[in-house]
Amino acid sequence: MLIFSFFKTLTDQVITVELKNDLSITGTLKSVDQFLNIRLDGISVEDPERHPHMLAVKNCFIRGSVVRYVRMAARSVDTTLLEDATRREAKEAKK
Amino acid sequence: MASIESYVDHLVQVILYDGRIIVGKLKGYDPRTNLILADCVEREYSLDQGVEMIPLGLYMIKGDNVALVAELDEEKDSTIDYTEIKAEPLGEIHH
Repeated sequence: MLIFSFFKTLTDQVITVELKNDLSITGTLKSVDQFLNIRLDGISVEDPERHPHMLAVKNCFIRGSVVRYVRMAARSVDTTLLEDATRREAKEAKK
Repeated sequence: MASIESYVDHLVQVILYDGRIIVGKLKGYDPRTNLILADCVEREYSLDQGVEMIPLGLYMIKGDNVALVAELDEEKDSTIDYTEIKAEPLGEIHH
């Protein structure tokens, strides 16, 4: 649940999603759900020469199960807050 | 669900786990990303010839196979000469 909430705080920020087929897509995060499915707007592909497959695409829905990495700007993450929340959740889970 | 509600009745490009690309009109979906696509065409990319368009008809795609659903900009799509595009086919999803 924590990671889901974390991704929700990234809404409307530009992120890069790397898929498990090596395709990297950059776009504005529009929404995320409990499966960590991601909806991106105004997308661009990292290497359009190699991957012209997305030329006519404006926005896309990425299934959470195919996401390898999500890259975001360091300033969009409050690491201390996230650490605290992670510890708190781990503690709750132990109870 | 990071919704694809707005894609219904629009032309979408679906990327499958095995790297195949299917373009069709989205007629329905559910929370497991099971999809119903009308008038599907498979777009087969290859390095030695342009994109091959293979008509498939009506397809129901099980969500387990879906990696990505993208909305196609129909106007932009119609300006692209796919017979001239040569590219490596997308790889399959490997975990």
